[in-house]
Amino acid sequence: MLNDVTEDQKNNLPVFTMNYPRIQIPFEITLWVLLASFAKIGFHVYHKITIWVPESCLLISIGLIVGAIMHSVHEEPPAVLTSNVFFLYMLPLIVLESGYFMPTRPFFENIGTVFWFAVVGTLWNSIGIGISLFAICQIPAFGVQDINLQENLLFSAIISAVDPVAVLNVFEDVSVNEQLYIVVFGECLFNDAVTVVLYNMFSFVAEMPVVEPVDVFIGVARFFIVGLGGMAFGILFGFVAAFTTRFTSKVREIEPLFVFMYSYLAYLVAELFAISSIMAIITCALTMKYYVEENVSQRSCTTIRHVIKMVASISETLIFFFLGVVTITTDHEWNWGYILFTLLFAFVWRGLGILVLTQIINPFRTIPFNMKDQFGLAYGGLRGAVSFALAFTLPDTIGRKQLFVTATIAVILFTVFLQGISIRPLIEFINVRRTNRNLETINVEIHCRLMEHTMAGIEDLCGQWSRFYWKDKFMKFNNRILRKILIRDGRAESSIVALYKKLELQNAMEILDTASGNIKLLMTKKFLAADLRNIHDILSKNMYKIRERTVAYRGKHALPNDSQTREILIRRHATIRRSLRPRSFQSSVSYLAQFICIILINYLFCWEHDHETLSEVAYPSQRSRFGKPARSSSSKAMIPLHRLGTLEEVPSTDVLNEESSSTGQGVFRTNSSYSDSRVPHPRRLYSLFDDNNSEL
Amino acid sequence: MFILFESLDRDNRGCLSPDDFEALGGLAMNPIGGRIMEAFFSSGQDTVDFSSFVRILAHFRPTDRNRNKEGAQQELPSSRTRKLKFAFQLYDMDRDGKISREELLQVLRAMLGLQVTEEQLQSIAERAIQEADLDKDDAISFDEFKKSLEKTDIDTKMSVSFLK
Repeated sequence: MLNDVTEDQKNNLPVFTMNYPRIQIPFEITLWVLLASFAKIGFHVYHKITIWVPESCLLISIGLIVGAIMHSVHEEPPAVLTSNVFFLYMLPLIVLESGYFMPTRPFFENIGTVFWFAVVGTLWNSIGIGISLFAICQIPAFGVQDINLQENLLFSAIISAVDPVAVLNVFEDVSVNEQLYIVVFGECLFNDAVTVVLYNMFSFVAEMPVVEPVDVFIGVARFFIVGLGGMAFGILFGFVAAFTTRFTSKVREIEPLFVFMYSYLAYLVAELFAISSIMAIITCALTMKYYVEENVSQRSCTTIRHVIKMVASISETLIFFFLGVVTITTDHEWNWGYILFTLLFAFVWRGLGILVLTQIINPFRTIPFNMKDQFGLAYGGLRGAVSFALAFTLPDTIGRKQLFVTATIAVILFTVFLQGISIRPLIEFINVRRTNRNLETINVEIHCRLMEHTMAGIEDLCGQWSRFYWKDKFMKFNNRILRKILIRDGRAESSIVALYKKLELQNAMEILDTASGNIKLLMTKKFLAADLRNIHDILSKNMYKIRERTVAYRGKHALPNDSQTREILIRRHATIRRSLRPRSFQSSVSYLAQFICIILINYLFCWEHDHETLSEVAYPSQRSRFGKPARSSSSKAMIPLHRLGTLEEVPSTDVLNEESSSTGQGVFRTNSSYSDSRVPHPRRLYSLFDDNNSEL
Repeated sequence: MFILFESLDRDNRGCLSPDDFEALGGLAMNPIGGRIMEAFFSSGQDTVDFSSFVRILAHFRPTDRNRNKEGAQQELPSSRTRKLKFAFQLYDMDRDGKISREELLQVLRAMLGLQVTEEQLQSIAERAIQEADLDKDDAISFDEFKKSLEKTDIDTKMSVSFLK
């Protein structure tokens, strides 16, 4: 009897179970992201496609295909794209990326134009389109008489959000002149802010039965509060973030976290007070970037950039993907008249707007926009992610929501496909003014600095307080006060010096490249003893920064302790310094050559692992535009590694240890802890050292 | 422009003297303020009359791009060459037509000042000369100066829109 009871109660231990509902949501999200990323990989397999067809088109097409598949099996798309998800998770990432990688110098030079086009242009567009659509609605033939003015205005606010991601890529490839690029870039960014503000305002108004003039004034006042408030919050958070990073030298691993958390916090707090969160996050990124990049370590800097790019890319990909899917799977309400007229008006009003606005602002610009630039501006007005999200998340109280969604999708598809694909040939055909990719030379930098000072002085003379004057004043304020507070050691490094260091490093790399191990070639530059000391002073200063990277990690959470290696370096330094003094010219050079080679090999190690940081140090602001040159030089850096193969390999570390005890080469001892043995240790160097050591 | 001239001319003599320039606080603080002043006082005079004042300031008018087609560009004071010449003169204090290493060092010292060591300044100046000096005379002549800046948009940098 006992047996029966136990048998009834006994359940077999399940060998294999499935519990899908538990993991459903994260699982599906991951699958979607992965699918979209595969699509991205797929595009680049065939190069020609990406030149002619912008990525957003391809993503939408894939989305359409997937949507068609889902529709045919009668599945619903995951209901993840809600208002909250978009506005709280996806949009801040996209905007953060744009704000962080905005080239600051051209932006501030053109700031007036950018704001003019963003604010006034968007207002012009939305009001123009709204009113003309309302006029169309009155015509009974189209059957849309029930849409009142407020709803039309709301819709037109959605439609005027410009998203020229595709266009920007084309501009970069074609290297259009900087002014056009930055105005399109800046306009897109700030116009998102304006659109969201208008959207909120109009949706609030749309629910009110009657609009009074007083409400209009309140609306305008609110607009300014929202915009300026957003900026104020952003700057505040930016400074706090910069201040925090001043103290993070002991906790390097979580440095990137501060950047993200503070930006996100800025966004959320702005949302809390219903002021423009996009402005907040952009200004936060702009203020933060300059100071944070000086405070954090190189690795954190790279991490921040890469992570921002990555999440922004995911976010955008997902949105376009959803666009494609949703196009197929929702019920559409199609109305020929309304939709066609929307398309027409969107086009017309943008063109008119650009024309009129440019005429007004051209007298204030030093370089006026010519007709070709204006065409580029007008034609580059593609609609994209933001419009889609705003339309999709319209409140259901709007009667004709489906019509609006359909119309928005139609406009987006039209502009992205048609304008996106045709803009490249058009731009090349009309031959828009190109920019010169400036060769970075010390001369240019010095002379430009001189000219800026001159201009500030001249403007002083003329009693005209314009750009250069304010810039000068701000730089002084910056150097005197801000930098002392916000940057760790407060040591101001001029851009001239930074550029000089960068160029010297590049040259040293090139020497190694062409010399292929023949050290004698380094003698072609005439070195004097004083120069030698100068050069290795400068190089050693650089080395202090590099040291952080070449020492092995001891634990998961502890970063290397570099006090010991620093000591070794100082000892090494002293050895070389001592040896340089009473030497003949020949051996001094060979010492220096060896020293340079050691340093270069250090650099090579680092460059092998995370190359781009060095090239990014001096010009982080240029990264978004000049990403390509950075990549080509990284392939150049790889070549020296292969050339070194001509030298013999030192297989064991015993030899190294022997050497290190005699000459204090802690440098190589620590390097050998790397398992990556692709770089063979140059034995010839050691033999040289042996020769000279005997003379000591 | 005459109003501006008059407002600068403190003692109403009809011409400007160095004191008038120094009275402008901003110019005095400018690292190369002294050199800018020198540029106004050409050839050893110590007063600037209105016509030379205007002539110097004319260098900073925005270049009119449409005039490129006609050959008249070279004579315009605001042309690119003239702007470059003005900048060149800011370096070349002894007017020998070349920027020597010492002159370059002086400018660098004025601009970078306390931020860098003397050694770094020397190295930077050395590098600058090596980059630009094509005829190996250890100094930068005007043509070499022009060549090193050929890809840069001088017109934007050295224009004051107010002067149009």
